[in-house]
Amino acid sequence: MSGAPLRVYVSRDAAALSVGAEATAQALIAEAARRGMALELIRNGTRGMLSFEPLVEVATPAGRVAYGPVRPADVADLFESGFVHGRPHALAHGRTEEMAYLKQQDRLTFARVGLTDPRSVPDYLAHGGFRGLRQALEMAPAAIVAAVTASGLRGRGGAAFPAGIKWQTVLGAESAQKYVVCNADEGDSGTFSDRMLMEGDPFVLIEGMTIAGLAVGATRGYIYLRWEYPQAHTALEAAIAAARAANYLGTDIQGSGRQFELEVRLGAGAYICGEETSLLESLEGKRGQVRFKPPLPAIAGLFGRPTVINNVITFASVPIILDRGAEYYRQFGQGRSRGTLPLQLTGNIKRGGLVEKAFGVSLRELLYDYGGGSLSGRPIRAVQVGGPLGAYLPESQFDTPIDYEAFAAIGGMLGHGGIVVFDDSVDMAAQARYAMEFCAIESCGKCTPCRIGSTRGVEVIDRLLAGENATRQETLLRDLCETLTHGSLCALGGLTAYPVLSALNHFREDFVKSARAPGSG
Amino acid sequence: MTSNTPRRVIPLTVERGPGLSAAQQSAVSEACTRLGELPGALLPILHAVQAALGHVPPEAVPAIARHLNLSMAEVHGVVSFYHYFRTTPGGRHVVHVCRAEACQAVGGRQLEAHAQRSLGIGFHGTTADGAIRLEPVYCLGNCALGPSLMIDAELQGRVSPERFDELMSACRGAQ
Repeated sequence: MSGAPLRVYVSRDAAALSVGAEATAQALIAEAARRGMALELIRNGTRGMLSFEPLVEVATPAGRVAYGPVRPADVADLFESGFVHGRPHALAHGRTEEMAYLKQQDRLTFARVGLTDPRSVPDYLAHGGFRGLRQALEMAPAAIVAAVTASGLRGRGGAAFPAGIKWQTVLGAESAQKYVVCNADEGDSGTFSDRMLMEGDPFVLIEGMTIAGLAVGATRGYIYLRWEYPQAHTALEAAIAAARAANYLGTDIQGSGRQFELEVRLGAGAYICGEETSLLESLEGKRGQVRFKPPLPAIAGLFGRPTVINNVITFASVPIILDRGAEYYRQFGQGRSRGTLPLQLTGNIKRGGLVEKAFGVSLRELLYDYGGGSLSGRPIRAVQVGGPLGAYLPESQFDTPIDYEAFAAIGGMLGHGGIVVFDDSVDMAAQARYAMEFCAIESCGKCTPCRIGSTRGVEVIDRLLAGENATRQETLLRDLCETLTHGSLCALGGLTAYPVLSALNHFREDFVKSARAPGSG
Repeated sequence: MTSNTPRRVIPLTVERGPGLSAAQQSAVSEACTRLGELPGALLPILHAVQAALGHVPPEAVPAIARHLNLSMAEVHGVVSFYHYFRTTPGGRHVVHVCRAEACQAVGGRQLEAHAQRSLGIGFHGTTADGAIRLEPVYCLGNCALGPSLMIDAELQGRVSPERFDELMSACRGAQ
């Protein structure tokens, strides 16, 4: 054995920590010390294969070899069987890069997540970091915007508005001060891609926002982060400090004379603040109530100034577009959905995690080829795509390709790429009721259909399930959903009908009193 | 950075809150002094106050309002809008249990019920020994490893009812 220290990777991602990665890391340190071995332990982001966490990777001459899930009790045995040389073990998966779950993905935005040390600028640079920014520093603002437009990148937060068009509007707006705001208020259940990226490769977000600043003439950026992500908060603060120290943020970025400064602000547990105008209100220190549009945030956004506001993944996809060119990014995907989407396999799924794929992959491939079916082993009955405002899809729709227009065509939406899996024990009437309840809890209260309609919606569903004049209640529920859809000010009220009506239309049997077991729901 | 609009100067006097201890008063005024000049300072100040005191006492509202030249109604409106801000004290540990769909798909509803039953409190309640405050949360971003909860700032995944009991015992043991 050579004298080089043993280099081992254990993730510091919150999901990995939630199943014991810290204890595993401590056990590795203790066991190496007991054996008198020098250990270099790198706390990376997660590779996104969450069912294998805590995943331990060891650097070997042939590449990184993965073991997982590794409990503290497994550690001594791993050393004993020669894991330091990447030797076989019951928990071994071979070379990480060769694992099918990872190998078949199109990791563009998440290229470095899980690979690098998220606090090290040199590591980021060694893996192609800041190359997009270097390109942007040489380009005219309009050329940067043109590249983003040509790439076909659409807003990854959920609304899928073309990013380049938004940026063009801000570029064209006259103002002494403009802002770049990152929406990191990832509140959709079934999503964690923003968190995973911020914890695993925060520099790529910083780089993307800085490029946005150069493109539109903004010198100040804010990341609005939800409080529920303390691990991401720490990672972002550390990365911002490191980027500033290395002169990638500040008043003279890499000697270019261009400036950009960045600050993290915490939300306070309001789902509605993921809506862009509510988020801006919240950043201004107010109640997170939605604003009437127009004016668009691109014209009058934060503190009334022109503002680029995009989701984490949107900004994080920009560096590779500038580095490799718009054509490179465009060649992934299909139709009007270009590039890749980080999909999150969640809920009752055997192999949950993050799968970044070019648009066009089918839901079925994701659920069965990647996800391996349900965690419980029972048949998958329903899948909710796109967060709490996304439609519940039955098995007959699993062949739908991941594509914005294809999902719109079946009355659903891709949203932020969250896929929540339910097995056949799910009560879809309870899920429909929850969708209304959630809307009532999270409504900002500004418009009547959402504020009052959601509460009435819960009541109508309760009466429907109790079998009180069911036909009339169903008519009323459908009518109420129509009012919510057409009368609400923003997507919260406007989309709540998706989960409610999709549950009612596709899983009608769960709403019929005679078919319901006594006491269910 | 300076605000682009001139600061409004509206003369107003407000009563100092009667219920704040000296330590609480100093935490509130420290937060106001340290963060008050930020654009949109109210949320950062409320976060700082809650981090220091465990909650945002209603009696802190006048001082914050005065410092930011806002009305008490405006500050109260913000405190009450956001689920995270708590206005009552209690709980050495705050346990946020996820109620959202991805956790529901793997037993979240059962965990929610077990948590309330085993602790003998509802959401927003604090156990009689003052050890644990229970709060609902809508997604912790751990949706592939649910059911999830967060104890203070520590995320826990795959929480079965048995695991919940272990975690709560550990909370009580650690004080």
